[in-house]
Amino acid sequence: MGLDFTVVPSYFGVLLMGSGWTVAITVCAGLLSFFGGIIFAVTALYGHWSLRLPVRGFAFLFMGTPLLLQLFLIYFGLIQIGIDLPAFLAGVIGLGLHFAVYNSELIQASILAVDKGQYEGARTLGLSRGQTLRRIVIPQAIHAVIPPMGNNMIALLKDSALVSVIGVMELTLAAQQAISRTYRPFEFYLAAAFCYYIVNLALEAGLRSLERRIAASR
Amino acid sequence: MTDQAFVTIKNAAKSFGALEVLKDINLQVERGQIVAIIGPSGSGKSTLLRAINELDPLTSGEVWLEGVQINKKLPYRQYEAHVNQVRQDIGMVFQHFNLFPHLTVRGNITLAPRMLKGLSEADANKLAEEQLAKVGLAEKIDEYPSRLSGGQKQRVAIARALAMTPKVMLFDEATSALDPELVEEVNLVMKQLAEEHMTMIIVTHEMDFAASVCDRVLFMDQGVVVEEGPPSVIFQNPQEDRTRNFLRKHLSR
Repeated sequence: MGLDFTVVPSYFGVLLMGSGWTVAITVCAGLLSFFGGIIFAVTALYGHWSLRLPVRGFAFLFMGTPLLLQLFLIYFGLIQIGIDLPAFLAGVIGLGLHFAVYNSELIQASILAVDKGQYEGARTLGLSRGQTLRRIVIPQAIHAVIPPMGNNMIALLKDSALVSVIGVMELTLAAQQAISRTYRPFEFYLAAAFCYYIVNLALEAGLRSLERRIAASR
Repeated sequence: MTDQAFVTIKNAAKSFGALEVLKDINLQVERGQIVAIIGPSGSGKSTLLRAINELDPLTSGEVWLEGVQINKKLPYRQYEAHVNQVRQDIGMVFQHFNLFPHLTVRGNITLAPRMLKGLSEADANKLAEEQLAKVGLAEKIDEYPSRLSGGQKQRVAIARALAMTPKVMLFDEATSALDPELVEEVNLVMKQLAEEHMTMIIVTHEMDFAASVCDRVLFMDQGVVVEEGPPSVIFQNPQEDRTRNFLRKHLSR
C-alpha cells in the first residue's frame, strides 16, 4: 500500500476545524497560564503563609507529575466528586495550570532579579508595597520574562495535542478521525504536523514582534 | 514638641548585629537650610540619610519632620500607612538614579502624583512639563530613561522627586556615579533648588560643592558626627584631627 496524499484535501475542512480548536485551546490555556503564573508567583513570594504553602505544594505537584495524568484527573476524576467539566474546559484548565506553574517559576526568578533600587525609588515616593509590586516590579519582571515565557507558549501549543485523549476535537484528534475513515495514518499525521508547524510559525512571529516592541521601550 | 527644628534627629543609633553604624547622632535642620554630610565610606552618612525616610530604620532614636515623628513605632499596617504618607513629603535622589526603565520620563514623573495625590492626567502632564522645564529637559518628556545620559537621568530623578512637592530633599551621593563632565549639570539644578530655599540634606564626596552651596557641614566618621559647622570653618579651619586627615586626602585629589 503506497502513500496517497490525494485523500488529504477532501479532509481539509476537518483539519482546519481541528487547527482552529488547537489555536483556541492554546490561546485560552496560554492566557490562563500567563495570569495564573503571575498570581502564583506573587503568592509564592509575598503571600501569607496560609496561601503561600498551598501554592508551593500545588506547584510541586504539577511540576512533578505527567500532564496527561493531570488531564485525566481533571476530566475523569473530578466527575466522581460532582464536578463534570466539558472536555474543552477541562483541557484549558489542565494545560493552563500546568504551564502557569512553569511560568510562575520564571516570573519569580525575574521578580527577584529586579534591582533593589527600583523598590527604593518607588517606596521613597510614597508608594505602598503592593503599589510598588503592581506598577514597578511586576511590569519589569514580565518584560524580562517574555522571551523564556514564549518558549513555554510554544511548548504549550505542542502539548495541547494531549487533550485529544479527553476528546477535545483539536488537530490531533481530527487527524485521527480522518485516519479512522481512510486508513491513511502517515498522510494525515504528516498533514497534522504541517498544520502544527504553521500555527507555530504564526505564534513565533507574534512573540518576536512582542519582544521587539518591548526592546524598543528599553 | 513645639521648639523643634524642621528636621530633627535625636539620639539616632543603628546597628547591624554587633556592628554599630550610627552612634547617638543628633541633628537639627531648619527650614530652608542646606546641610552637607561628608565623611569616609563606611562612616554611616548614607545610613543616616536613609534613616530619615525609613529606608534604613533606626535601631533607636527619633526622626521628626515638621512636628511629625517619621519613625513612629506602630503596628505593621498602621506603620506602613504612616510611612507611605510621610515619605510623600521627603524627596530622595539616589546615586544610581533608580528611574523606572519601563516608563517614559513622563511616566516616571506622573506616576506618584497620579496614584497618591489623585491628579488628573492633564494636571499630572502639566506638572511633569513644569518640573522638566525646571531641570532643563522639557524636550525629553517622551523618552525612555535608557535613552538619557547619566546627568539627564539624575535631573529627571530630581524632577520626579520634586513633582511630589516635598518638604525636604535628600541627596545620596547624587553625582558619584556620573562621568566628571556630567556632574556640573546636576550640581546646577541642586544650586537652583538651594536658591529657592528648598530644605536639603546632601551626602556628598564633592567638597567644592558642599563648600559653595551648603549652610552647614557635618563630618562623620565611624558612626559619629566628629565635627559640624559652617563650611568656612570645616573646610578652612577644622578643629578635629580626623576631619583634617580626611580633608587632606580629599582636597589633594
